[in-house]
Amino acid sequence: MTALNRAGWRPEMNVAGGAADNVTFTGNRALMLEEPLIFEIGGSETTGVDFDEAAPAADLGSLARSAPIGLPGLSESETVRHYTRLSRQNYAIDLGLFPLGSCTMKHNPRLNEKVARMAGFADAHPLQPQETVQGAYAVIHELAEWLVTLTGMHAVAMSPKAGAHGELCGILCIKAALEARGEDRRVLLVPESAHGTNPATAAFAGFTVEDIPATEAGRVNLEALKARLGPDIAGVMITNPNTCGLFERDMKAISDAVHAAGGYVYCDGANFNAIVGRVRPGDLGVDAMHINLHKTFSTPHGGGGPGSGPVVLSEALAPFAPLPFVTKQADGGFRLIEEESAGEDHPDTFGRMTAFHGQMGMFTRALAYILSHGADGLKQVAEDAVLNANYLLRSLDDVLDAPFGGSGPCMHEALFSDKGLAEGFSTLDVAKGLIDEGYHPMTVYFPLVVHGAMLVEPTETESKAVLDQFIGALRSIALRAKNGDPALKSAPHFAPRGRLDETAAARKPILAWSEPAGAPGAPSLSEIGGS
Amino acid sequence: MRYLPLTNDDRAAMLATVGASSIDDLFVDVPAEARLDGPIAGLPMQASELAVERHMAALSRRNRAAGDGPFFLGAGAYRHHVPASVDHLIQRGEFLTAYTPYQPEIAQGTLQMLFEFQSQVARLLGSDVANASMYDGSTACWEAIVMARRVTKRSKALLSTGLHPHYRSVARTMAKYTGDTLVDGDPDFAAGTDWAALADSIDKETSCVVVQYPDILGRIDDMTALAAACQAAGALLIAVVTEPVALGLIKAPGEMGADIVVGEGQSLGVGLQFGGPYVGLFACKAKYVRQMPGRLCGETLDANGKRGFVLTLSTREQHIRREKATSNICTNSGLCALAFSIHMTLLGEAGLRQLAAINHGRAKAAAAELAKVPGVSVMNHSFFNEFTLLLPTAARPVVHKLAEKDILGGVSLGRLYPDNDGLANGLVVAVTETVTGEDIAAFAAALKEVLA
Repeated sequence: MTALNRAGWRPEMNVAGGAADNVTFTGNRALMLEEPLIFEIGGSETTGVDFDEAAPAADLGSLARSAPIGLPGLSESETVRHYTRLSRQNYAIDLGLFPLGSCTMKHNPRLNEKVARMAGFADAHPLQPQETVQGAYAVIHELAEWLVTLTGMHAVAMSPKAGAHGELCGILCIKAALEARGEDRRVLLVPESAHGTNPATAAFAGFTVEDIPATEAGRVNLEALKARLGPDIAGVMITNPNTCGLFERDMKAISDAVHAAGGYVYCDGANFNAIVGRVRPGDLGVDAMHINLHKTFSTPHGGGGPGSGPVVLSEALAPFAPLPFVTKQADGGFRLIEEESAGEDHPDTFGRMTAFHGQMGMFTRALAYILSHGADGLKQVAEDAVLNANYLLRSLDDVLDAPFGGSGPCMHEALFSDKGLAEGFSTLDVAKGLIDEGYHPMTVYFPLVVHGAMLVEPTETESKAVLDQFIGALRSIALRAKNGDPALKSAPHFAPRGRLDETAAARKPILAWSEPAGAPGAPSLSEIGGS
Repeated sequence: MRYLPLTNDDRAAMLATVGASSIDDLFVDVPAEARLDGPIAGLPMQASELAVERHMAALSRRNRAAGDGPFFLGAGAYRHHVPASVDHLIQRGEFLTAYTPYQPEIAQGTLQMLFEFQSQVARLLGSDVANASMYDGSTACWEAIVMARRVTKRSKALLSTGLHPHYRSVARTMAKYTGDTLVDGDPDFAAGTDWAALADSIDKETSCVVVQYPDILGRIDDMTALAAACQAAGALLIAVVTEPVALGLIKAPGEMGADIVVGEGQSLGVGLQFGGPYVGLFACKAKYVRQMPGRLCGETLDANGKRGFVLTLSTREQHIRREKATSNICTNSGLCALAFSIHMTLLGEAGLRQLAAINHGRAKAAAAELAKVPGVSVMNHSFFNEFTLLLPTAARPVVHKLAEKDILGGVSLGRLYPDNDGLANGLVVAVTETVTGEDIAAFAAALKEVLA
């Protein structure tokens, strides 16, 4: 620990006590609290769990783990404080607007947390005898019925664990369907504006990826697409509404053309929030679409998951859906179709994607959300999400370039570019400026088809007052960026950390804690983040 | 609708700003034939919180919760006591309602937690580096096989017969479409593993050998010789751990030379949750880090020289590399990783070792008691907290008869291997710290009655 001088000051403090230099003894600043790593404050003998019995002796011979593992423990009080302090260094929807485009950061209702924790759901084992988990099957079945009806599709595969896993499910259905037809089509067409998961999924499943050209208006070029269709094309992967925040006007014509050429249509449903309850993808000729329950149906993002990605399927692809799945029987009971019974009930399945039934904890939350809204509320969700986005678009398009603003309304997200910012100023500076204003930035540099893209998705759970304040803040930052305010280049100034050196992190990766060489014991304040 | 803050006056004012006469003007790009006029027919309308809670509670009550009585199921998902503070902390809105930490200046809470998680997982599995989580153990297992293909440029994977059959099923599904070759099979009733035979089967085409530890029948074995055989042949050893609590008592796969160690982290912090969401663990030797799938969190400095954390090595990932990425995974299992990490922090090394020892002791006691039931024997020589009982009759009907007596008595091999009559009499029984002496006595008495 840094030595104190006789007056009680750390050497780097100025003689007046340090306040002028923002230096404190602890490195803390009132409510902004520095927190060391558990490895710096925990001990190998410390524990926050008591047991009713001593550890019995084990006789495992040479398999016994005798060497120290190096896992620090904390008491319960220290644990609660450690993670509470860490939590306060995060931005979250609970704190304010979180306008990440394509991510649909809407309010997460707390009823959903409560129902997910009901013992019948949270404390049930996936391999329990079927007669003991009929309620769990009922949840899966009821949610499945909603998803099929809302999308106008034929069936749904519930087990995919997240959006990209859902993409994989849909693409494997396509592959299985082609195999059943005895056709070896190797190419999937994917627009450049697609989420990175689309081409990655296609490649993961063994397809070759080719680009679909876009029009000036930010949409799939139907004529160019038609020209490329042929016997080697397995299908297309199209996001609708697309990542420019626009509805693909030609979606039905695209589907018809792809089907006529013997291919299938995969729709990335990440942006379903814009149309839920108002448009059914099944009416547009879609064969498969994943639904991110953690986007449209409000299951919490949790700092990066868990997600859940059920895939709705057309009649053509439904026979190939993965195992296991739940069916309702004539007597009202539910039955799980697994490998065992698949031969009779579902002979064309492409197989199993995950060990168990999928994200049950997300199903309960999503079902509670859907039941709360009902058909009328969900329609209102789409309308308010689209209205909020258009309100942002038209309130900002005089200070920020909106590349597709002239082509009509947007859907649930507004897209801007960095055109018109002062020399040397970028989208990144705008984003970091928003942090100082108390907002999470929008999605930046995506989609790739727009230079310095800023994709703003407010969602329907924001009030007009919140949007008005955000518009004011973003206008102010846009003007600063256009006028070259140097303070913006070093933003954020008020966050727990300044801009982080990502280049250094990648050049010499430090991915796990290791004890400081030659200095066991208490770390210095500078090592734990204090200045 | 209680989650929607806009008033009708707001909507009118905003439409005016936008220059639209009605909301329909904003959906003008949707072809007329695909536009729905009103709410979708045949679906219920919005409902109060009370009504929804009542509906969901009724469904919940139709399940027999694990904690409602004696419970002995494992086979890839284990019931452990999760301290109350874990669930409290993961419900902090700053964790629960945050996104992937793409803006590190305001996501240090999630990032530091991930760095701690990675460090804990690497140490627990005995490996060098761990990623920030996968969906679950089964998908992590397949990703490990794909990673071994990238590292070795070979595509034949040898799967131990002790690998969880659902993990094998996931791998078979994927391999069917990727062109990878899998060599696999069902387990035999034998006290020992098939690892020695696997070591003899490695050839110049072999990318990896996949073993589970403890395996699906609960057996544990030393993988040092197998790791050496892999290394000699230029193949990787992948170890799968579905019960991480075991590693508080038995050697970690990494310590015995496994190149990649994957696992299911559900045992710590997450709970049963009817199969998901769970948390996939993924660790490997440092030299392979650039071939790993998934997100990685790394340490760096900020503009003021303070330590901070960022997502790093993202040139492996789909949002940068697109079709050339190491995996298509994006959203992973962040909140479950947090639950795992908090539970592990509460336990610490001493607590983990004690928990593991109690599990093992309780399982030994249960095995001894159940082996006294006439006609029943324990197959395993060695096990951690799960073992296989050989019954004098098919186990599957026995499980249902036990359930009628309100005892959830394990997972029958008939359910896991429906096509293999030779395994039908096997019952896999897991015994954790949540099982009491009375539970064991009740199970043994009921089993005796059912088999009589």
